[in-house]
Amino acid sequence: MCDTCGCGHPEEVKMNIPGEETGSDHNHDHNHSHSHGDDEHSHSHQHGHSHDYQHSHDHLHDTDHAHNHHEHDHDHSHGTKIQLETDILQKNNLLAERNRGFFDAKNIFCLNLVSSPGSGKTSLLEKTIKDIGDKLNFFIIEGDQQTMNDAFRIKNAGAPVIQINTGNGCHLDADMISKAVKKLEVTDNSALIIENVGNLVCPALFDLGESKRIVIMSTTEGDDKPLKYPTMFESSDICIINKTDLLPYVDFNMEKAKEHAMKVNHHLKFFDISVKTGEGMDEWYEWLLASSKNAE
Amino acid sequence: MHELSIVMNIVEIVEENLQQSGAKAVTEIELEIGSLSGVVIEALEFALEEGIKNTILEHARKNIIKIPGRARCNKCSHEFDVDDLFTPCPECSSFDSTIMQGEELRIKSIVVE
Repeated sequence: MCDTCGCGHPEEVKMNIPGEETGSDHNHDHNHSHSHGDDEHSHSHQHGHSHDYQHSHDHLHDTDHAHNHHEHDHDHSHGTKIQLETDILQKNNLLAERNRGFFDAKNIFCLNLVSSPGSGKTSLLEKTIKDIGDKLNFFIIEGDQQTMNDAFRIKNAGAPVIQINTGNGCHLDADMISKAVKKLEVTDNSALIIENVGNLVCPALFDLGESKRIVIMSTTEGDDKPLKYPTMFESSDICIINKTDLLPYVDFNMEKAKEHAMKVNHHLKFFDISVKTGEGMDEWYEWLLASSKNAE
Repeated sequence: MHELSIVMNIVEIVEENLQQSGAKAVTEIELEIGSLSGVVIEALEFALEEGIKNTILEHARKNIIKIPGRARCNKCSHEFDVDDLFTPCPECSSFDSTIMQGEELRIKSIVVE
């Protein structure tokens, strides 16, 4: 079974660079070696209960208390307990740290963009690439359940891009990023931006090895979103509020939204932008250029 | 439904451990899930039921221990219980606090034979 989504189709995750689509022949080498060896299920249930406790209750009770009672080696306790104390996400966390080391060594500034669908992640990337693509080497990883649509948009905007289609999967994980980065041939001293699957819940738990996580909300959503999806806002470093041009027409209260977000995460840095009109974009570019230069 | 991929991770970790220990079957698994971990216990229970079919954990007894949230105020150092990520300090009303407990997502133990 596929460990990204439990879908039963390991080849469900596809990675494609626009123009180089390989159809079904995507070399998705996940190595799902779940050898369920059904033939070997011999289940020999030998609950042998032989009760040879060897208690040897001699009860001699002479004064020197030779109570060897506790030596009946608990064989009757149906198995051995192994204390694992293992983080369930340790594999992803390790892989994410491996990615992080790789990015550090190559001076790649990596951002993980998360939001609900429709907040404007792809539009923000398109505009950013068009406006400051000459100052910063962008590489983009697009995550969606289906379609190459976003990858084509990014390609048209002028940046190298790879599309990950997760099939039924609800998030990207560190393993996918590690593979996508190799396929995309990300160069040194660049900015790698990962657009995660549009989902405010699941991607929160999966570290990809990014330098900063950016959560985007838009003014067409409720300003209580940070309270409804606190885990995502808690795990992010930056909060971009998009579509500020619509503020006069919607009920979104900017102050309240920020107040809610700060309750969940008082370290959040905000950018209020409108990708459509360009309002607030300069501040975002300034931060992006400065941060990627400082990335080590 | 990231709970299903959580389950897949659990199965994988247990399988690896079983190979190392040379045991044949898992009769019990104990999980520690924090109430602030981002995993919904009911969804995890459902995903466990479905996700462990035909795996080594299929017949194992599942014991999920829920760990309540606990935070410490960064302003006045008061420690208090939390059910969410935006509870203010009951002493000084500050939202600036650090989660001490409740973000666990752990396999505590397995019983093998």
